[in-house]
Amino acid sequence: MRRYLPQLGLIFGIVVAAIVTRYSDAIDPYVLDIATGAGINVILAVSLNLVNGHTGQFSLGHAGFMAVGAYVSGACSLFLGPRLLGDDPTALSQGLFFLGALTVGGLGAGLAGLLVGVPSLRLRGDYLALVTLGFGEIIRVIIQNMDVVGGALGLNGIPPYTTIFWVLGCVALTIYVVTSLVRSTYGRGFIATHDDEVAAASVGLDTTRYKIVAFVVGAFFAGIAGGLYGHFKLTVLPTGFDFTKSIEIVVMVILGGMGNTLGVVLAAILLTLLPELLRPIAEYRMVLYALLLIALMLLRPQGLLNIRVSKKRRT
Amino acid sequence: MSTTLLALESTTIRFGGLTAVNAVDFQMAPGELCGLIGPNGAGKTTLFNLITGIYQPTEGRVSFLGQDLRGVRPHRIAHRGIARTFQNIRLFGRLSVLDNVRVAANVHRCGSPLQTLVRLGGFFREEDAITRRAEELLELFHLSRFRNTPAGSLPYGEQRRLEIVRALATRPKLLLLDEPAAGMTASEKTELIQLIQRVRREFDLTILLVEHSMRVVMGVCERIAVLDYGVKIAEGTPEQIQKDPKVIEAYLGEDHATNLAHH
Amino acid sequence: MVEFLQQVINGVSLGAIYALLALGYTMVYGVLRFINFAHCDVFMIGAFAGMYIGRHVPEETVWGGLTVLAGAMLICAVLGIVIERLAYRPLRSGPTLNVLITAIGVSLFLEYGAQDEHVFGQRPQAFPQIFPNTSFQLGDVRLSSNQLIVIVVTVILLVGLRLFVMRTRLGTAMRALSFNPKAAQLVGVNNNVVISATFGLGSALAGAGGILYAMNYPSIEPFMGVMPGLKAFVAAVLGGIGNIPGAALGGLLLGVVETFVNGSDYSTYKDAIAFAILILILLFRPAGLLGRSTVEKV
Repeated sequence: MRRYLPQLGLIFGIVVAAIVTRYSDAIDPYVLDIATGAGINVILAVSLNLVNGHTGQFSLGHAGFMAVGAYVSGACSLFLGPRLLGDDPTALSQGLFFLGALTVGGLGAGLAGLLVGVPSLRLRGDYLALVTLGFGEIIRVIIQNMDVVGGALGLNGIPPYTTIFWVLGCVALTIYVVTSLVRSTYGRGFIATHDDEVAAASVGLDTTRYKIVAFVVGAFFAGIAGGLYGHFKLTVLPTGFDFTKSIEIVVMVILGGMGNTLGVVLAAILLTLLPELLRPIAEYRMVLYALLLIALMLLRPQGLLNIRVSKKRRT
Repeated sequence: MSTTLLALESTTIRFGGLTAVNAVDFQMAPGELCGLIGPNGAGKTTLFNLITGIYQPTEGRVSFLGQDLRGVRPHRIAHRGIARTFQNIRLFGRLSVLDNVRVAANVHRCGSPLQTLVRLGGFFREEDAITRRAEELLELFHLSRFRNTPAGSLPYGEQRRLEIVRALATRPKLLLLDEPAAGMTASEKTELIQLIQRVRREFDLTILLVEHSMRVVMGVCERIAVLDYGVKIAEGTPEQIQKDPKVIEAYLGEDHATNLAHH
Repeated sequence: MVEFLQQVINGVSLGAIYALLALGYTMVYGVLRFINFAHCDVFMIGAFAGMYIGRHVPEETVWGGLTVLAGAMLICAVLGIVIERLAYRPLRSGPTLNVLITAIGVSLFLEYGAQDEHVFGQRPQAFPQIFPNTSFQLGDVRLSSNQLIVIVVTVILLVGLRLFVMRTRLGTAMRALSFNPKAAQLVGVNNNVVISATFGLGSALAGAGGILYAMNYPSIEPFMGVMPGLKAFVAAVLGGIGNIPGAALGGLLLGVVETFVNGSDYSTYKDAIAFAILILILLFRPAGLLGRSTVEKV
């Protein structure tokens, strides 16, 4: 029943999330923190993979969408939360509220994705990279100038709604959405858009729409990741969503092999664990990142973790 | 020949100071198999690009099924029933052979993209139907054994065939073939002639062919138009074209009339 | 009116530096169709090189200043050539995306490497006063000698570059390469040599830019090149990427616009202005002010 794999995977993921949460008291909080960080990175990497890897739009501004999600959902929780939830909310109402805040954050990020995607449509490779970089920076600068969300001092006091359940659940959802989208006749169009736009148009594919969809969906999930991040760290600063952060996500996508979902997931987990394992030399993290990028491109541009899932008939 | 499928009326396109296609008139009725020939740079591929919406005519009109194609974007033109292959093969290299054909079926896909997320029975039924039809097409053109191979790693002849199959998957009414015989051996060209005739018959198509190989063109086309420097200098049956002095002069100069048929 | 003129002078001075940086981007893009992300870090290295050289020559002398300038330009030229040879050349035949990513890697390596305490450290350092420092009064408008030097040096370098590209064999080879690499090879151009020379020249200009920038904003740190680099790139696109006079024009315009924004009520958005211009240009006139657009052959 290979065709039902995505849906089974989603259910499996949510079940795992529930089980882990049930026993989360028995797990070392440090491990839970790492898992949360890894989960957020997986969502970021898989969502970027749709834009970069599958559709071939080299986007360097993904952190900007994460920022929108973090700020919008954080602002919801800070400003709307108390009014909607009252003084002593039940776990259910808090959970529902968080779901809503995350979704609103994602939608805000998706809207930003639309605003970025539309102008970027006719640009190729290097130009596109620069424009998305520019948009990421513009978003950051705008947020930095919005005193209502803390300006340069950041948004503080976000309630700690992120639990391992939410993280794992969102990871499962993100992987489900991206894989389901791409593994369909419709979704083959993303890759076709990447491979040859002129040919894609000649077989009736609206490449413009595919690119926009990729951007918006990618941005949406980056926003979700941002929301999870904000309710985990409890404080967000505009500087935390700069070009460096975008590069970190890009490295995960490249390391995993652009367009390869499994590889990208593994790469995201690996690159979350690595700084922890290399704590003694944490100050060299970025230098190592840089060397990793260079070495990857020179030696193995198709990615380290490029495990091709067996090419049997897929739906 | 009561209805006109494709009509070019005084179609002209200029790029800066260069007039690539100059006031070309040309019509095709449903079911015809026509050829478009001319020396290199005569504007044949440009004409294709005009028909498929990649370029907009500077003057004149291109209409299909009676409707003006001005302003219609290339992917919409594919939806109206015009499909094409390219001079330099443009396959989706990273997609499998099967997927190259499947992706072309999006033109007739009924479901909305959201259905890929909410995967109910209807979604699977349509996906299966699309896959089945794609497999049938591959079978018909002897490409089945390659179905899971990335299209970019196919041998050259198979790639050309795949491009035609992919175009057919959009269920077009008009098929434009841009130099399908390029790089083929003599025996491959013979197979191609048979393939084109078969395709026209079995898929009830109208075909317009750009070719340099005179053997293919003369062997397959009912009517031929000749372009030279963007101007249509002749039109007629293969026999008429072969004898037309303007055509001979355009291609080979005045003394090579007899060589035309033996390309 | 006075304030307007003052801002114009400030803007031209800033714009000159952007122009120098933009030239490097545009030259490399013209020859290789690739954006050298590491270019702005060569700029930074130039400033630091100048700082170290400046410690060994007397301050506030003309010949001392010229030595610093020339030394930094030379070091940067070598650095640029080395980077190209090691990191970019092996990837020249592959997809441009790969070289782009490598360039990002080189850029990050230079930035974070410089940040290391064994190299330059994170804290900003002071750039010495390498030329004699005075100021000139033209009516009510003030022009510092450093600003004047920036403008003069930039003009000299621009003219020199123009002459080089138009009149010398190597320069003509560069132009030939930018039109058609294969054809250039066929007429005997050694592409590798020309590309190395392009990187060397562009990087030397970046080094000069670094020195001139540090003269006017004498606090230097490893990330000082990021913003000017992005802005200089916007300037190159504004003028028409691949077009040398365009880069100069773009740099000038951007410098003036930014200075005026900085002096207005929206000064906190001055960094975002460059990106806004980039997006507008790419939306409405992607070929830039002086560039020509290329049509993809189908």
